[in-house]
Amino acid sequence: MSSSDVARQPNNGVRPLSLAGHVGFDSLPDQLVNKSICQGFCFNILCIGETGIGKSTLMDTLFNTNFENFESSHFEPQVKLRAQTYDLHESNVRLRLTVVNTVGFGDQMNKQESYQPVVDYIDKQFESYLQEELKIKRSLHNYHDSRVHACLYFISPSGHSLKSLDLVTMKKLDSKVNIIPVIAKADTISKSELHKFKIKIMSELVSNGVQIYQFPLDDETVAKVNTTMNGHLPFAVVGSTEEVCIGNKMVKARQYPWGVVQVENENHCDFVKLREMLICVNMEDLREQTHTRHYELYRRCKLEEMGFKDTGPECKPVSLQQTYEAKRQEFLVELQKREDEMRQMFVQRVKEKESELKEAERELQSRFEQLKRLHADEKAALEEKKRLLEDDQSSFSKRRAAAQLLQAQSFTANGKKDKDRKK
Amino acid sequence: MFIFGPQQQMNLEGYVGFANLPNQVYRKSVKRGFEFTLMVVGESGLGKSTLINSLFLTDLYSPEYPGPSHRIKKTVQVEQSKVLIKEGGVQLLLTIVDTPGFGDEVDNSNCWQPVIDYIDSKFEDYLNAESRVNRRQMPDNRVQCCLYFIAPSGHGLKPLDIEFMKRLHEKVNIIPLIAKADTMTPEECQQFKKQIMKEIQEHKIRIYEFPETDDEEEMKMIRKIKDRLPLAVVGSNTIIEVNGKRVRGRQYPWGVAEVENAEHCDFNILRNMLIRTHMQDLKDVTNNVHYENYRSRKLAAVTYNGVDNNKNKGQLTKKKKMEQEMEQVFEMKVREKLQKLRDSEAELQRRHEQMKKNLEAQHKEIEEKRRQHEEEMASWEAQQRILEQQKLDASRTLEKNKKKKIF
Repeated sequence: MSSSDVARQPNNGVRPLSLAGHVGFDSLPDQLVNKSICQGFCFNILCIGETGIGKSTLMDTLFNTNFENFESSHFEPQVKLRAQTYDLHESNVRLRLTVVNTVGFGDQMNKQESYQPVVDYIDKQFESYLQEELKIKRSLHNYHDSRVHACLYFISPSGHSLKSLDLVTMKKLDSKVNIIPVIAKADTISKSELHKFKIKIMSELVSNGVQIYQFPLDDETVAKVNTTMNGHLPFAVVGSTEEVCIGNKMVKARQYPWGVVQVENENHCDFVKLREMLICVNMEDLREQTHTRHYELYRRCKLEEMGFKDTGPECKPVSLQQTYEAKRQEFLVELQKREDEMRQMFVQRVKEKESELKEAERELQSRFEQLKRLHADEKAALEEKKRLLEDDQSSFSKRRAAAQLLQAQSFTANGKKDKDRKK
Repeated sequence: MFIFGPQQQMNLEGYVGFANLPNQVYRKSVKRGFEFTLMVVGESGLGKSTLINSLFLTDLYSPEYPGPSHRIKKTVQVEQSKVLIKEGGVQLLLTIVDTPGFGDEVDNSNCWQPVIDYIDSKFEDYLNAESRVNRRQMPDNRVQCCLYFIAPSGHGLKPLDIEFMKRLHEKVNIIPLIAKADTMTPEECQQFKKQIMKEIQEHKIRIYEFPETDDEEEMKMIRKIKDRLPLAVVGSNTIIEVNGKRVRGRQYPWGVAEVENAEHCDFNILRNMLIRTHMQDLKDVTNNVHYENYRSRKLAAVTYNGVDNNKNKGQLTKKKKMEQEMEQVFEMKVREKLQKLRDSEAELQRRHEQMKKNLEAQHKEIEEKRRQHEEEMASWEAQQRILEQQKLDASRTLEKNKKKKIF
């Protein structure tokens, strides 16, 4: 929830009044701060850099502690992100810090899609917040903000220029997150080389249109130091959790045969500047920029994608209610259309199936008819045979009968003849 | 793709610097400036304008900008005035909303409606501003606190008081005040307060509650304040000299009622609580509770296809179920039909087989009969031939004999 800048609001109808005594509302900032302290703060850092460039060491050094670190291999098939959350305390301030590291960045042979998992992660956190914000019953003041507030981009200390992977990645991220480029392992570059390197990097960023995070200049208390620091970008850092004895103090340093690189010595590297700017002076501004600029941009794009507009078809401002009603109507119409389509398709299928089945029936019927005819034919043939047989049989019996009759006749005739002779 | 580790508590050795965060927040908030909207409600003549002037030590209400009791129109109005005050580098844009005419009619039923409408319209404005695609500055005009003035009748709450508070306690932080407390003795005041709190509890009215804290000291203070609710206040626009001190007070023949004297009234408590310690909390409760209630009620009523599609999901699943059922019925019918066809086919086949068998049997029968007939015929014919032969032989013999006889 962003509140307006009272100081910048046009004072139309607002009377300035003077107070006759101490009212006490000058405690308002304290009231606000006390509430924030009670709630606790949260900060999310994303570290992008090649494997082994010193991301985890720098985080350990920055926050003076030993985070759980995994040494990654160079053989990750694609870029992954690993996020870990820690609850830190300093004085009376509680900080919920989430450190997100890229794993396998810059190791693949084809790095064209390397930036995608990072973009996806950042968008996913924005989406999460947006979802919560759009809920009907929401609790934003309890919401654990996981949006990335600062992105430290680790540049290889080649001493020459930015790699194309660096430019491509930063270009994709500069409208989504506050990018703070740092030159890693700065103890491998000499001072003069470093100076040239920084200039080269900044000019390449400018010529490629990459917008990195600028320390804000609008607050007089810190404007001066921020301006100076802006001129030292990108910070050349060295990280170390090991301590070396210098004089009578134990300091964080890296011991070489030729000398000791002291992390907190501003002559040796810009670590202290980074810590000042990132944590002591501008942490709140980083959070604010993430919310009011990067998140708003994401939200605007997402809502426009979903079809929400601020003005209706006649360019009149549309209230929330109208927009929602319109969307609901659209949805219902769409639903109805799909329902009708499906119903039609279903009817079609039913018809087709029906005709199929009818066809099958007809076929069966014709087969039936065919067989019937076959049977009838055979039967007829059989009948014919039978008839023939009966004819033969009857003619035969007639013959036999006739023959028998003849015999009988001739018997009687012969008998008579014999009788006659005998006489 | 995203690997999340468990949260861990860590102890820091050495300086990191985020302990400076509160200062950063402080600076930014001062730069932004602050806003607060305070509503005062009560019948005319209860000293509302005087109290506001006393609270903020300024002439918010003056002859040029008269208070609500001087601006009564035909119907209850809700009007606002904005003033900008600065103190210790902190800017406060204060909006005072008052309600001239409230409770002054003969018939006061529904005189709270314009107040409710006003509060809701400010919520609506904020909701629309918050829901725009392009959000810029979102001016916050939501009413963050409502001072409700109770007339010092000494007996209890009036029906209007109860009605008003019941209708508004879920929309705004209500702080009930006993006005013109200098018309009651401390004992009367005590009695009156007890009665009011009793009635508030009876009617389940939720007035503004102080948040709990872990700090023992603060909690003690809060409990002391709670015992004195509702606060009995006195306001004054005039400064009087008492014992060499210049104080705000009301001069009576019998003495001076001092506004800022804790023994005379609870003004100090009110000022401390409203401005010095709990102003931020009033804003937070308005934002996190009252506004959210309004918003969720409003959005639930509109029923939309936004991100929360539970209702529409319900419809979709219902449709899907219907579809599935239709499919099932269809499948079943098709299966039945196919089964029938198969049965008919089988039946047909069976009958055909039977018929064939039948015919074959008949065929065999006929063949058999024919064979028999042929046999019979053949044997008879053979017989006949023998007979014929015999006859022939016989006749020949006869002929022979005949010939012999003739000699």
